[in-house]
Amino acid sequence: MDLFEYQARDLFAKHDVPVLAGEVIDTPEAARAATERLGGKSVVKAQVKVGGRGKAGGVKLAATADEAVEHATNILGMDIKGHTVHKVMIAETAPEILEEYYVSFLLDRANRTFLSIASVEGGMEIEEVAETRPEAVAKTPIDANVGVTPEVARQIVEAAKFPAEVADKVANVLVTLWKTFVEEDALLVEVNPLAKVASGDVIALDGKVSLDENAEFRQPEHEALQDKDAANPLEAAAKEKNLNYVKLDGEVGIIGNGAGLVMSTLDVVAYAGENHGGVKPANFLDIGGGASAAVMANGLEIILGDPDVKSVFVNVFGGITACDEVANGIVQALKLLEDRGEDVTKPLVVRLDGNNAELGRQILSDANHPLVQRVDTMDGAADKAAELAAAK
Amino acid sequence: MAIFLNKDSKVIVQGMTGSTGMKHTKLMLADGTNIVGGVNPRKAGTTVDVDGTEIPVFGTVAEAIEKTGANVSVLFVPPAFAKAAVVEAIDAEIPLAVVITEGIAVHDSAAFYAYAVSKGNKTRIIGPNCPGLITPGQSNAGIIPGDITKPGRIGLVSKSGTLTYQMMYELRDIGFSSAVGIGGDPVIGTTHIDALAAFEADPDTDLIVMIGEIGGDAEERAAAFIKENVSKPVVGYVAGFTAPEGKTMGHAGAIVSGSSGTAAAKKEALEAAGVKVGKTPTETAKLAREILAG
Repeated sequence: MDLFEYQARDLFAKHDVPVLAGEVIDTPEAARAATERLGGKSVVKAQVKVGGRGKAGGVKLAATADEAVEHATNILGMDIKGHTVHKVMIAETAPEILEEYYVSFLLDRANRTFLSIASVEGGMEIEEVAETRPEAVAKTPIDANVGVTPEVARQIVEAAKFPAEVADKVANVLVTLWKTFVEEDALLVEVNPLAKVASGDVIALDGKVSLDENAEFRQPEHEALQDKDAANPLEAAAKEKNLNYVKLDGEVGIIGNGAGLVMSTLDVVAYAGENHGGVKPANFLDIGGGASAAVMANGLEIILGDPDVKSVFVNVFGGITACDEVANGIVQALKLLEDRGEDVTKPLVVRLDGNNAELGRQILSDANHPLVQRVDTMDGAADKAAELAAAK
Repeated sequence: MAIFLNKDSKVIVQGMTGSTGMKHTKLMLADGTNIVGGVNPRKAGTTVDVDGTEIPVFGTVAEAIEKTGANVSVLFVPPAFAKAAVVEAIDAEIPLAVVITEGIAVHDSAAFYAYAVSKGNKTRIIGPNCPGLITPGQSNAGIIPGDITKPGRIGLVSKSGTLTYQMMYELRDIGFSSAVGIGGDPVIGTTHIDALAAFEADPDTDLIVMIGEIGGDAEERAAAFIKENVSKPVVGYVAGFTAPEGKTMGHAGAIVSGSSGTAAAKKEALEAAGVKVGKTPTETAKLAREILAG
């Protein structure tokens, strides 16, 4: 889960990474009081999860509270690279900036470890620095069981050739930033720029944090950081029901068991769609192993509630899950939805293979539901589902 | 022969007495797995009757090894306790730990992987978030259904559980030497490369099927490894061509970030290494058949 800048700032502050004061608002008028609390001037910063805000006019200096309201009026609702601005941060104005650095910690999947990236050339995208001046970027692997001790922090400072006068302060930022990384179960913590200001202090002026959703069991506070405004309503409804669902932009609704098989199903449907007017998968939905009728009903309800969906492809390989249970689940789910008064009119193509597939197929044949068609191969079923979606 | 697991493997189950652990202990026994014990400190000294087989419960992995000579542990431990359980297995120096658990925080998996490395890699970790591995006709350590296919000469390595089953089913008449589900998390203990190297060295494997998915660059690195080190034919499949950027597709590790981790890049890398890559699982199985038919 990627956070907004203001959320990153709050987490940095919580773990003693030096930051400037700031608060988030969502109405122009609130900019006045917030700016007054900061002594009458502020920086008005659009909160969007995309880079290039400054260039897009989403970051403005306000010399007075009136100006802050004016900037907030302009920035709220602004579109920045397809992201609508719903919130702005009213931040303390930075003291005179002398130098801009870059520091981050992240998961290095390739090496199955954590990595520190540091550079004295901050303020721009680090990928750009790495491209043009690779010697200016210091990458240091971090042992997960040792972490960033003051000694490790000093090694990073030396590797990145930070100036001697800021070495201790940058090392301190690294230690506190690592604390943020570990204690918040983050996948990425990035400070860019880390600014050296006229007083000689170093301050995190902007940052990115991405959190590990698998750690939610021990991070109860993270739920409140979710951006509920931006979530697609179908995705939000699916999340409420603990379904693993991603909305896509096609017409064939997909339900399957297992992440890999569902991803594969999307691809197979997209290929089949090439022969049927270019129809595409409408969603990713993994109902997991051992899906009950209730889970199947919840999944079907989400998919049938998507106005883009023209046909549905249920693709199940019974591993431990028995296909007769899945077939019963489909039949019961349809009945459940019809009993609830839902408008069930979209055709379903069902492919069952694996454990008890014959029994499952028989149950579907016996039920003889007018909307349900059985196709017994994955490629064949994908083709049928695409054809039905294209015909609608 | 086979890789990582055979009829002589002595298997213990950490988390055996929980409902998931119990269910799969039964299934593993039914597949002929030599299960010699369970581990649960609160139930140490008792035995559990699993469909007529009395299985002793030990307080620690170390004790289980000492009493039974166990050399494989399968873990069905909930995410919050998984790190401690894996660390215990590493400390006991069990040669193979198969971590089935889904939903382990990556700071925990990175920590236990680093710990295994620091202890000299005496414990091979498979997973987490994986279906485990099976050597059909000999032993089953995990949740892969034992009745999909029979012993044969294809080796399979996959990030995905259900695609493992699908591929075993597609090629069920030919059969498999071993099938290894390495898991869909960002940090996993055994990679495609580890399994490819083992299959290359296994005299009972003639052809390798490798299944990947979006996220990370494990498939690209596997491709480079194949080019240099694998003489046996390899057939590949990659899932997730239609996955949008920045969205996690079910598996914690299955995410396209910017332009990296795409299915297209992985397919291209594999093909450049001489691997035939199928567009669908069925087409992939067909490619494997063609190669085996000569």
